Amino acid sequence: MLLKHTTDKEIDRKALTINPAKTCQPIGAMYAALGIHGCLPHSHGSQGCCSYHRSTLTRHFKEPVVAATSSFSEGSSVFGGSANLVQAIETMFTVYKPEVIAVHTTCLSETIGDDLTQIVSKANDDGLIPEGKFVIYCNTPSYVGTHITGYSNQVAAMVKFFSTATPKKKNVVNLVAGWMEPSDMREIKRLAQVMEARTIMFPDMTGVLDTPLNGKYHMYPDGGTTIPELRATGDSKFTIGLGQYCTEDACIKLENKCKVKFEVVDIPIGLKATDRFLMSLSRHANLPIPDSITEERGQLIDLIADNAKYLYGKRVALWGDPDTLIPLTEFLVSLDMKPVYIVSGTPGKPFDERMSEILKDIPEAKFMSGERADMFRLHQWIKQEGVDLLIGNTYGKYIARDEDTPFIRFGFPIADRSGHNYFPKTGYVGATNLVIQILNAFMDHQDRTCPEEKVEFQM
Amino acid sequence: MTKDTEKDINLAEFKEEVLAAYPKKVAKKRGKAIVYNDPDEIPQIQANVRTIPGIITQRGCTYAGCKGVVLGPTRDIVNITHGPIGCGFYSWLTRRNQTRPDEQAPENFIPYAFSTDMQDSNIVFGGEEKLKQAIREAYELFHPKAIAIFSTCPVGLIGDDVHRVARHMTEELEGKVNIFGFSCEGYRGVSQSAGHHIANNGLYKNLIGNDDSVDGKYKFRINVLGEYNIGGDAFAIETLMDKCGIELVATMSGNSTKKQFETAHTADLSLVMCHRSINYVAEMLETSFGIPWMKANFIGAEATAKTLRKVGKYFGDQELIDRIEKVIAEEMIPVKEAQEKALEKTKGKLAMLFVGGSRAHHYQELFNELGMTTISAGYEFGHRDDYEGRSVIPSIQIDADSRNIEQITVKEDATRFKPRKTEEELKALEKEGLEFNGYEGMMAEMKKGTLVIDDLSHYEMGKLIEMYHPDIFCAGIKEKFCVQKMGIPLKQLHNYDYGGPYAAFEGAINFYKDIEQIACCSIWKEMKAPWEKEDIVEAEYVY
Repeated sequence: MLLKHTTDKEIDRKALTINPAKTCQPIGAMYAALGIHGCLPHSHGSQGCCSYHRSTLTRHFKEPVVAATSSFSEGSSVFGGSANLVQAIETMFTVYKPEVIAVHTTCLSETIGDDLTQIVSKANDDGLIPEGKFVIYCNTPSYVGTHITGYSNQVAAMVKFFSTATPKKKNVVNLVAGWMEPSDMREIKRLAQVMEARTIMFPDMTGVLDTPLNGKYHMYPDGGTTIPELRATGDSKFTIGLGQYCTEDACIKLENKCKVKFEVVDIPIGLKATDRFLMSLSRHANLPIPDSITEERGQLIDLIADNAKYLYGKRVALWGDPDTLIPLTEFLVSLDMKPVYIVSGTPGKPFDERMSEILKDIPEAKFMSGERADMFRLHQWIKQEGVDLLIGNTYGKYIARDEDTPFIRFGFPIADRSGHNYFPKTGYVGATNLVIQILNAFMDHQDRTCPEEKVEFQM
Repeated sequence: MTKDTEKDINLAEFKEEVLAAYPKKVAKKRGKAIVYNDPDEIPQIQANVRTIPGIITQRGCTYAGCKGVVLGPTRDIVNITHGPIGCGFYSWLTRRNQTRPDEQAPENFIPYAFSTDMQDSNIVFGGEEKLKQAIREAYELFHPKAIAIFSTCPVGLIGDDVHRVARHMTEELEGKVNIFGFSCEGYRGVSQSAGHHIANNGLYKNLIGNDDSVDGKYKFRINVLGEYNIGGDAFAIETLMDKCGIELVATMSGNSTKKQFETAHTADLSLVMCHRSINYVAEMLETSFGIPWMKANFIGAEATAKTLRKVGKYFGDQELIDRIEKVIAEEMIPVKEAQEKALEKTKGKLAMLFVGGSRAHHYQELFNELGMTTISAGYEFGHRDDYEGRSVIPSIQIDADSRNIEQITVKEDATRFKPRKTEEELKALEKEGLEFNGYEGMMAEMKKGTLVIDDLSHYEMGKLIEMYHPDIFCAGIKEKFCVQKMGIPLKQLHNYDYGGPYAAFEGAINFYKDIEQIACCSIWKEMKAPWEKEDIVEAEYVY
């Protein structure tokens, strides 16, 4: 047994988190910043954070993830990190020539209270920010919220520093992307394109974290939302935020700053969330949903109907981030599956409220968010009564092996499989991918474990 | 350097070109960290100084060096990270410290991450009470033999005292569990290195010497220090020692248990693999208990044989010496076979190595065995002694950034100090070629004119590849995909690209095979689509 010390006996934990279903803010800010074209993320703290965040993102994407750090020493931790950041800004613009430096903070610089506004303006006064280049920043204290909060803070900073309203409104819909894979963003953009909707997606990691290998390394790949696009978001006629936790703050700030009205919908994972996203886009872009998309929907329905008996009543345990867990859980319910255990380390009421609503007909379902809503607890629940399927990040493989339970990798980080940055889980196509993965997991497990006389040629 | 590669390489251009891209002050500092090697007259290199902000370093922090590297691999201690969730999360299963629980120590906490998950209220009002409660809960749930606490950045700033909490909780739990803390806040020192030092001090103060029991089946008793069982390296060494009839008392800290730390002082010799991370413990074991240490290397078949022979010579027992020779002879048969097969593909190729604090040196042995030349190498966080050899230690100035790292004074143990060899015996062994308390460093073994670079930056890495097109670049996960986009295969020498073991004879065979695979990998020839122009495209570094 890998997790041999996990037993079904729960104690009332008040302080110890074991096997977290979350990580800390700055990695979210770093990830979001990579969705700006020509951007170099910068971690204002000691350098360990930056290395850990780069490594974690790299393990997940199998792609270059470059970011710089202020490399605090003990001296700067006591007397402030202003000199470090000013020096870093000079070095980055001289050596690495980014269009934008996106600074985020860590628990170190937040605890000592470094004032980023003042430091960046000093760098500007010293002439260290070249003409036409930008230094943006957000505060991402690791002891508040989670990586999702950090992502949200970075996206909000994009609005704060760039979105500009001119008198000329354009017939464009902003799509604020919550934390998802580049493949998911690509799929959402494809759907918008098929609808012939004019959109600006931000942040946009397509073409950044799924780049080709051709012998040339571009530190700033072709992808990412450009500065002119980010500015233009202030002139769009509407904003759709995808995922409340990651994007609502940016949507509100954009409305306050540029009077662009908004709606927050779920990340389009599964049938109903995709339906809602498309109807929202259709309404606000004032365009019909074309038949080719309706056909994709029908193919998904076809697949589910053909295989419904394999899905019915299956108990599922899930863990991860609220914006993906909400539509994913809803989708599983629409497949007649039973998402019985769900944990998200990210705190917040919307998760609890939505889960209560989605799970109202599954009385045995347990869910939890925030502190100590961790994978140790999830495993304890599984020990109390088992499940048929696990859906979550790579850390679930230890539970999957111990409990011999089929397992699908979903969310962040996935460190032990490749290709998730190429194949979407969003839209009807993504939902189809997901159903196929679920069916494969069940069928592989059955083929491996059933008695020999029960092995089926056709399933 | 082999003749056919020599003509293509003029490493002298590198420094000039790189430094020209930096702001003046940065260029001045980096200039001292980039040197041309001359093994006969080893030049001084700047190392173990603060990282230049914004330069894009490979380095990590003190917490990583302490919790992640030294204490992480021990399976029966509950390691609690006192801090916000990130540090504990990122060091959760991300280093490949394999372990194999046994009947004596069936516990295995390595697949778990324990954290106090500090919130803003803990920053404002202090986190000591939460830490105490976390320890109570860890004890109630797991009943471990020991609990270690690791401080992260904010802990030092808000004044939480993890040592006081450890003492308090030891009392509260009536000494049923050994609880100790580490002040390994990420901002201490300039790299992981400070964390090694802090971890070494903690091992000495809290574990080493706690258990005088002497068990095991062989009379020749050694420690292997600074070996973390990445990809099963320590397993390979354990198997080899068993074949030779040598008792491995403690491995620090691959596949280790609390008891191994506690009984390490009962060994008669320490072998130091990773000099950087564990030389402090090696010194303390000698001062306190009289156990001499020698630098060893189990990376490379020749190096492994050499190390075994050193052990044989040290104990001076003919039966042991004969047994070692027999094992070497047996093991070398499949090694030679694998080596010859790989050599056809690898001979004459060029390698560059930029890894941590020891492997950039050790792995050059393996590349030599593959007929490959290392034209450039460096450490993330080595000190001058790792580059230039321990003889320079007296001349190393500890600068302001590292001055506050705890130095502990160790004295002879009043009852248990026992010199394993007399002065005369040691002198005689030295005459026979053994070196005690010595390490010559990486530069002595690198060719003249090779390029040694400390704390390599992202920019320098790109320039190295653009200018010299090595056949293989060795570094870590952060560098891997950048380098591969340039069309150059990168071999990860931290996590072995999920392969290994690479240590001992068994490991050498694995390494030959893996490098042969990389040298033969067909896909690199397909980077250009057939409809694109046919010229061979050189790697290009574009900002």
